[in-house]
Amino acid sequence: MKILFLIFAAITLGSAFMVVTTKKMIHAAFWLITTLFGVAALYALLNAGFMAMVQIVVYVGAIAILFIFAIMLTRKEMLDSAAPLNKNWGIAALFSLLSFAGLYTLLRNWTGFSNEAPELAAGVDTITELGTALVTPDAYLLPFEVASVLLLAALIGAVYVANDAKNQQEAEK
Amino acid sequence: MIPISWYLILAAALFSIGLFGVLARKNAVAILLGVELMLNAVNINLVTFWRYNAPETVTGQVFAIIVFAVAAAEVAVGLALIISIYRNRNTIVADDLDMMKW
Repeated sequence: MKILFLIFAAITLGSAFMVVTTKKMIHAAFWLITTLFGVAALYALLNAGFMAMVQIVVYVGAIAILFIFAIMLTRKEMLDSAAPLNKNWGIAALFSLLSFAGLYTLLRNWTGFSNEAPELAAGVDTITELGTALVTPDAYLLPFEVASVLLLAALIGAVYVANDAKNQQEAEK
Repeated sequence: MIPISWYLILAAALFSIGLFGVLARKNAVAILLGVELMLNAVNINLVTFWRYNAPETVTGQVFAIIVFAVAAAEVAVGLALIISIYRNRNTIVADDLDMMKW
């Protein structure tokens, strides 16, 4: 278990580092896919099989593809040869190291820091429970529906924002 | 078994890498990639705390699923904005988009 965790953690962190430093944007998107697969493997290690599947289907299958589309649509000014980082990258690195150090100190002082995972109750089907909870009015029906309305509104808004109305009217004339 | 600290440190490191990407990258799409890394770190934390503190409930996983939906919405709107900016200004370098700077 520990070996598996270390392998997937190394894959996740290494490819995440490549996402933020690699020069070509399309490569950054592919490294992001590797990171997302690593995170899905970590969910599987945490006995959250459904989360691992959702991670692959939603993140890799939808969000990463959306990123690749956006990168290809904005490719003309891609500046693949220019430096990928702006001139403040030193301060940015300092800030992110500080945030990691701060988070680590916070966690260090927490009493449950080295807790082990409790045994899962035998014969309990988490996925069935999760599915029931998402459609039970007493449980999470309302947040679930609100999330879907949010997603619908965001997608309609995205179509509206990205729609090139001016050029379309000119093309129709 | 793996202690909870390993997952929490991994999530903190992933969050910091994402923060670096958001602060340091020039390309606006790359900034959104950094935001995705940070959201993933948050989700790892949610699922970890569910597994280690309350595996008999489903709350943690439901919370993480809602975060998935919000992340998808955020990416859709963010990329639409970037494509719209690219059409009108022909650039997606964040430093060049300073027309609201006084």
